Amino acid sequence: MATDTQTAGEHGPAYLAHHFDTPAQQFDTAKLAMWVFLAQEMLFFSGLFVAYVVFRFWYPTAFSVGSHLLDWKMGMLNTLILLTSSFTAAQAVSYAQRGMPKRVGWMLILTILLAAGFMVVKYFEWNHKFHVGFLPGAHFKPDAEGMVAIGDAVKLAFHGGGIGYHLRTFFGLYFVMTGLHGLHVLIGMGILAWIWVRNHRGEFSSEYWTPIEITALYWHLVDLVWIFLFPFLYLID
Amino acid sequence: MTVKAGVAIPGTPSETTDEELNYLNNKTGIKSWLLTLDHKRIGVMYLWSVLIAFLIGGVFALLIRTELLTPGKTIMEADTYNEMFTLHGTIMVFLFIIPAIPAALGNFFLPIQLGAKDVAFPRLNLLSYYLYVLGSLVAIGSIIVGHIDTGWTFYTPYSLEGNSSVLFMTGGAFILGFSSILTGVNFIATTHKMRAPGITWRRLPLFIWSLYATAVIQVLATPVLAITLLLLILEKTMTIGIFDSRLGGDPVLFEHFFWFYSHPAVYIMILPGMGVVNEVITTFSHRRIYGYMFVAMSSVALAILSFLVWGHHLFAAGMSAYATMVFSMLTFLVAIPSGIKIFNWLATLYQGSISLASPMLYTLGFIALFTIGGLTGVFLGTLALDIHLHDTYFVVAHFHYVMVGGTVFGFLSGLHYWWPKMTGKMYNETVARIAFGFVFIGFNVTFFSQFLLGSQGMPRRYYDYLDQYQPLHMTSSGGAYILGVGFVIMGAMFLHSLFKGKKASENPWGSAGYEWMTSTPPHPENFAETPVMTRGPYDYELCTEAELYEGFRSELPAALAE
Repeated sequence: MATDTQTAGEHGPAYLAHHFDTPAQQFDTAKLAMWVFLAQEMLFFSGLFVAYVVFRFWYPTAFSVGSHLLDWKMGMLNTLILLTSSFTAAQAVSYAQRGMPKRVGWMLILTILLAAGFMVVKYFEWNHKFHVGFLPGAHFKPDAEGMVAIGDAVKLAFHGGGIGYHLRTFFGLYFVMTGLHGLHVLIGMGILAWIWVRNHRGEFSSEYWTPIEITALYWHLVDLVWIFLFPFLYLID
Repeated sequence: MTVKAGVAIPGTPSETTDEELNYLNNKTGIKSWLLTLDHKRIGVMYLWSVLIAFLIGGVFALLIRTELLTPGKTIMEADTYNEMFTLHGTIMVFLFIIPAIPAALGNFFLPIQLGAKDVAFPRLNLLSYYLYVLGSLVAIGSIIVGHIDTGWTFYTPYSLEGNSSVLFMTGGAFILGFSSILTGVNFIATTHKMRAPGITWRRLPLFIWSLYATAVIQVLATPVLAITLLLLILEKTMTIGIFDSRLGGDPVLFEHFFWFYSHPAVYIMILPGMGVVNEVITTFSHRRIYGYMFVAMSSVALAILSFLVWGHHLFAAGMSAYATMVFSMLTFLVAIPSGIKIFNWLATLYQGSISLASPMLYTLGFIALFTIGGLTGVFLGTLALDIHLHDTYFVVAHFHYVMVGGTVFGFLSGLHYWWPKMTGKMYNETVARIAFGFVFIGFNVTFFSQFLLGSQGMPRRYYDYLDQYQPLHMTSSGGAYILGVGFVIMGAMFLHSLFKGKKASENPWGSAGYEWMTSTPPHPENFAETPVMTRGPYDYELCTEAELYEGFRSELPAALAE
């Protein structure tokens, strides 16, 4: 019986921590905890979604114009990229369960590349907004090009008429929501890279793939948040 | 030592080698503490940290009460006074009350009561401790960079003005929030997956049930505070136009967001205290808890209701009449699970074999004071009455009866109750009771006079007041000094016990609880062998004589013979 609290593996395989009885128990615990953590993530973003709903209700015209100022094609492209990356993340888990570490590695690299692609598209979108002065809150100062774009968007907007003062609030929310989501993508890329290194070292097998699975769970959540952000910000007129 | 009834230990117990081995002596040196993964040591580090926070917050409280002895200036300027009550509130709420019971006592006893070797994620546990330390330092850093005078609620638009000290305080609270979330995740996973054989959901100690309900709130409410504070920080640094009305934002939205977390947070504070009361009241009446499932489910019900009542903090902030009515009714519902607990505790006492040892005194204090705090909460949830009482000392008195009379008394009860198990030392029971007398009387003098002040219209947070309020203000300050003396006596008593205390036996209170079945102080892995529980933690009728009275004979008669 292990008496040293810091020593692992005396009662089972090396990956089994000392305070668990069986690998199955350890796997279930990790997975449950990740789901609980994801619930926390949902609540974190829900504050932003509530703010979005409140302000959309108050300033419908500004939000309609705002959605026309975003490039839905870019958003669509990013949606496809993230959905594909979720698929490759799921494939990584599947290959891990079947004990194919080489393929796991490739799938992780594909996922990281797709995530980077998402960030590149995001960079071009943000860069354009900065360029024409569509900045949040007090910094919202569209230049000539931006004013033309607003003029076009007003014609397309459902409510038409005055755009009101509140485009700045729309862009305040846009930058916070996509910014925090982007931060989650960057964190995800870091974790995926770390998992790739561990996979490369041969730490995982068809007996033990817990970190890959819970990383994939996190990655699906990042995808899911975007699935909500895309229609809310880009599509709803 | 003999194998006890109720604990079937598989294999041959190796008593001779494990007799002296415990979590305190298995490793030595400062690194063995700072980098430990043992939940017991992390719990002890949390305990010291929250006690330091409590001391700092308490000193601020005494300074506030000294200033309020007379109208106008007594010892400090108005600006300093504003900073004092803000620091008192933020430190007591974020650095002390929220982590006090779950992170300190809970960390220590949750795995032991589950018969587990550790929490599910020991490294995450250590991380959340260091996030707590980091968050505390950043929060306290606000004193250095400027003058924080927003109150602990950081209401916009005021918090958007002024210097950057608000950024430090909210940034600190943001980090502390993640510490709290990670503890919650850890506790939920541990409770679900790490229970020893025989510990079914219906045999779960009620302390665990309340920590579990607390953890659910920590995980689901704290992220909303995190996003709220983050938006506040972004608003202040980058003016994004969400809370700033000059840019089309809405300051009242901040209040809604803030209380969507902070009302559930009230239950993060009180539920663990209720959990301690369950353990202590059964131990010191030597009787099975009355209505186990009702008590357990009322914790869960409180956790659910806590998410539905935040609007009662905004009755005077301009909500629609219909919304206020709904929030008022939902607020009244909270009285039901709270009442269930009170009545079940009283029914547990009935025909019990009651001993009034110091942990029991704090628990009985809890029941009395929480009842007053809870019932005055119903006053405040009543729409018309709240218009009169809103932002008066009545509110201050109400939440101090719940937070101090409830949570702090629960914390002290738990600290006295588990002290022998944690340290392996007994304390001087007579001194502990004297300290209780000071704390109980001091507390009531301090805060009952504030009920009277508030009902007469004294607004909270004011630096100056009319002469007519002075007698009650002086009474309240006098009570605060009595309370302070009580804490000094208690601190001296615990320090004396730590260095000179008599050795504690395995089960000095004769409790049927699982945590008393292990050695004192506990084995590094909590139990030398994974225990198999064949009875529940309150099944006094299934305990052996040795289990119930061994400790009584050796420790209690000397202490209790007065």
